Amino acid sequence: MVKAVEFPHDLYVLLKLTDSEPLPESLPGQFVEVKVENSPNTFLRRPISINYVDRERNELWLLIKKIGEGTHQLAQLKVGDKLNLVFPLGNGFSSVQKAGEKVLLVGGGVGVAPMLDYGKYLKENGAQPVFLLGARTKADLLEQDLFKSVAPVYVTTEDGSEGEKGFVTQHSLLQAEKFDRISVCGPKPMMVSVARYAKATSTPCEVSLENMMACGIGACLCCVEKTVKGNVCVCTEGPVFDVNDLTWEV
Amino acid sequence: MADLTTRIAGLTMKNPVMTASGTFGYGVEFADFVNLEEIGGIIVKGTTLNPREGNDYPRMAETASGMLNCVGLQNKGVEYFCNHIYPEIKDIKTNMIVNVSGSSPEDYAACAARIDALDNIPAIELNISCPNVKQGGMAFGVTADGAAQVVKAVREAYHKTLIVKLSPNVTSIADIARSVEDAGADAVSLINTLMGMAIDIERRKPLLSIATGGLSGPAVKPVAIRCVWQVVKAVSIPIVGLGGIMNAHDAIEFFLAGASAIEIGTANFVDPAVTVKVANGISEWLDQHGCASVNDIIGQLDA
Repeated sequence: MVKAVEFPHDLYVLLKLTDSEPLPESLPGQFVEVKVENSPNTFLRRPISINYVDRERNELWLLIKKIGEGTHQLAQLKVGDKLNLVFPLGNGFSSVQKAGEKVLLVGGGVGVAPMLDYGKYLKENGAQPVFLLGARTKADLLEQDLFKSVAPVYVTTEDGSEGEKGFVTQHSLLQAEKFDRISVCGPKPMMVSVARYAKATSTPCEVSLENMMACGIGACLCCVEKTVKGNVCVCTEGPVFDVNDLTWEV
Repeated sequence: MADLTTRIAGLTMKNPVMTASGTFGYGVEFADFVNLEEIGGIIVKGTTLNPREGNDYPRMAETASGMLNCVGLQNKGVEYFCNHIYPEIKDIKTNMIVNVSGSSPEDYAACAARIDALDNIPAIELNISCPNVKQGGMAFGVTADGAAQVVKAVREAYHKTLIVKLSPNVTSIADIARSVEDAGADAVSLINTLMGMAIDIERRKPLLSIATGGLSGPAVKPVAIRCVWQVVKAVSIPIVGLGGIMNAHDAIEFFLAGASAIEIGTANFVDPAVTVKVANGISEWLDQHGCASVNDIIGQLDA
């Protein structure tokens, strides 16, 4: 059931969902498949990453970028509407590897969504997350207060209206500090350049992919990514992958 | 409660609902959503003699009331199936059926012979209609001679129930059906996907990696029903109908057209529990219409 609908930006909707029963446990980086009602040209479910889970309030948050007809229709939902979800799906980000580890969480565009949940998880489990978020302009930076409440936030914008000007991989933080590992979610060119930085600095790096999906449960074999083990389903083997398992040129 | 038991040649099914190959994995992927044993038959992912990587991504494009796919028969080959997957699925108490593809009649026959030896696989569905592989696949299914050639080769190697899946991408599906009946098929299933294409107008490129793909989903249902109706009049072997079935209403259309059983495909992606809902819906409809058995409506179209 939809508990709240917020519009943090012209292009985004934030859905806060709840249920009369406790919501199933989910790991940061996992995703849901949402059935979109009243949208005649939206036949398949839409895979959406989990933005935030509030256990106390029994809330699941989905931060959705309005791209096509299906996601625009999701932005039409009202408080009290019912939503049909299949979740949790896929594998999440890595759990805490060692106490106190410094983990850089890089998000770009709507790719910031799963990083909030992951940062909270890392902090609660004894790691030190640091956010590095990229956007076009200051106005495109989402959920900044929440991110700041979890961990330090560093920002780049393409026009320099907030934080450092440029792309995330140009941020001075990357020269100034060393991290135990990196997790990244965003547009592929951004993830590739972060992966290159990770390789150059011998830092383990995991990436979260958003290949187009149909079933979400490993049955249709549509969302495959080429890996060192051949084509695998992003929905069941991912969406989070160690970048070394992929065949990207980094 | 109406009797849902149905027969496809040598195969007895507790209900007429099966899953379409390539849309239900090996069944086990859906075990969290549905009791697999309440499904009449599960047709697992297309299997070939040798492993196949399938086509490159992107393999899928959503279209009006359906989707295009060009997966390209990605699978780990029949040996892997026999050694690693069969042990996981052999004790599921329903008809576990393997969909078999190949690139030559010999390939098909060798793959079928290997599966013939598996006790708990009572039938195969021969895919001579895949539109997404360069060699074989649909190449055999679009001519009556090609189809007969493959079915004859497999018939010699395979001794259980042989269902042949037909392509709608032909001038006369009835001619192909007659040809595979003469070559020894026990039943036919139809339709496989319709060849289609979609374009990204900004990039001026096809949405699929190999440009074309197979269209499935509710968009193809009227074509599928027409094909079933034409094939019913052409052959005396049973017909398994599929193409865009989303609910019991759709299934009953296929029964009336003459299908003895149905397969549910793309709908599994929208609702992973749809199979059992359709089986229950068929039962309710039969009860409401005073039919004692699903057999009472098969082919009972007034036309």
